[in-house]
Amino acid sequence: MVRGPDPSFDELYRELILDHYRMPRNRGALEDPDVNLTQHNPVCGDEVTVTAHVRDGCVIDIGFAGQGCSISQASASMMTEIVKGKGLHEANQTAEAFRSMVRGETDGHDSLGDLLSLQGVSKYPIRVKCAVLAWDTLQKGLEAWSKSGA
Amino acid sequence: MTDRATNGRGVLDVEAIRRDFPILEREIRGHKLVYLDSTATSQKPEVVIEALSHFYRTSNANVHRGVYSLSEESTAAYESTREKVARFIGAGTEQIVFTRNTTEALNLVAYTWGRANLNEGDEVLITLMEHHSNIVPWQIVCEEKGAVLRYVPLHPDGTLDLSNLDTLLNSRTKLFGFTQMSNVLGTINPVDALVRKAHDVGAVTVVDGAQGAPHLAVNVLDLDVDFYAFSAHKMLGPTGVGVLYGKKELLDAMPPFLGGGEMIGEVHLDHFTWKDPPLKFEAGTPNFADVVAFGAAIDYLADLGMDRIRQHEIAITTYALDEISRLGDGITVFGPQDPMVRGGVVSFAMDGIHPHDIAQVMDWDAICIRAGHHCAQPLMHHLQVPATARASFYLYNTEQEVDIFVDNLKKVGEYFGNGPRS
Repeated sequence: MVRGPDPSFDELYRELILDHYRMPRNRGALEDPDVNLTQHNPVCGDEVTVTAHVRDGCVIDIGFAGQGCSISQASASMMTEIVKGKGLHEANQTAEAFRSMVRGETDGHDSLGDLLSLQGVSKYPIRVKCAVLAWDTLQKGLEAWSKSGA
Repeated sequence: MTDRATNGRGVLDVEAIRRDFPILEREIRGHKLVYLDSTATSQKPEVVIEALSHFYRTSNANVHRGVYSLSEESTAAYESTREKVARFIGAGTEQIVFTRNTTEALNLVAYTWGRANLNEGDEVLITLMEHHSNIVPWQIVCEEKGAVLRYVPLHPDGTLDLSNLDTLLNSRTKLFGFTQMSNVLGTINPVDALVRKAHDVGAVTVVDGAQGAPHLAVNVLDLDVDFYAFSAHKMLGPTGVGVLYGKKELLDAMPPFLGGGEMIGEVHLDHFTWKDPPLKFEAGTPNFADVVAFGAAIDYLADLGMDRIRQHEIAITTYALDEISRLGDGITVFGPQDPMVRGGVVSFAMDGIHPHDIAQVMDWDAICIRAGHHCAQPLMHHLQVPATARASFYLYNTEQEVDIFVDNLKKVGEYFGNGPRS
């Protein structure tokens, strides 16, 4: 591993982010998903599809597919890990906590786990939308599923 | 100027030129700025910055209005840039319309000539390598008039595939719009040949010169184009100034674009008359201070000589393409390999590494490259990439800067490895 010459280099691309980028967790689309939504970031062409199974108010399984930069892909990978097994309300709370952290509005809470490694994104306004793309997709997908009356 | 700008052998003295651009002294986080995004906007020489400041300090007054000396001075300076621009591209002054930018110039043609001349079933032909600004206005006007928009496809190497041009250009084709140089691929299109083909079927031609005018010697009479649009800010001038050249009979016959002050002849309660071109298309107070400063940019480019600038860009692009190719298979460069048909634009992709990540790593060493779709989404779809990274060169870029850029490409590859393994 070659280190960047500048401290901010590692501040953004933390080892944990590169780990999720190189070895994404829960990558792929689930069969017969309850939640199935694709969202784009038109500025950079990033695309994320989130599929999930929901039972008894819990996200029991979740996968992501698509393409994008290391920040968007690592964020999606971490999201699937932390959201799996969570209730819908808790999943939405985690999304809000993550969103406010990467926007620099709040410090990250320990409950965000690996996601804390994305805190450095708050110093790069143009990358914030990369970090939240998967979360937007999940929340909109869950909302659509709730409205569908399933 | 000649001594400063050339080294006596007819080639650019780039080190001397660099001293004319104050921003190139800038350091970011201890790294000297390496500016490789002139395709988006160029940097400005001291003479342009000074011309803008000098105008505001000494001659500022609204143009074409006052009878007082200051206004006459301001008007003369404004009109003097029109003369310089006209000479620069081989046109007459009455054929030079000032707009905000290339986009507005192209929209002007679509909204005036297009609305007046396109009818149901007519065809507008453009190419797959166009910038959104030469696509969307035609989509709007074609939708409105029931006309059909068609596209010239591309070869894999990023040049126009003209094998079906005789079908694509037909008796229904009323307008053929294309870029002189692609802002993504760098491809330089054969403008004169395409114009001849269009004229054979009676179609009017619109050339997007946003990348052409800053980098190539252009003579609109030789090219025989009907409309030619470009922007000051990509050719050392200030932001907020664009140019539309049009053939006189076309400009004369077109209805006005925007209505308001400056463009009118007489205004009555129920109708108005308008001035002759170019003022017919310049409604409202124009961006006269920036137009005046644009004159200094034109002088600067004309003194150096566009042919010399082009030679420098061929050399540095050749060098960059060679150095990048040494990095091996992990990098795909888009566009033609032959620098003779390619401008100083190098769009590329690295296996498994997103352009945003490439540009971010470059930024830490103060290297400015662009990452994204470059306002050319149909072209991105054709290339089957969501986005590309792009480095572009101008008269002030050096081989040392290319070396720094290429070293950082290696660093990007090492840092991200080959991307996701799945």
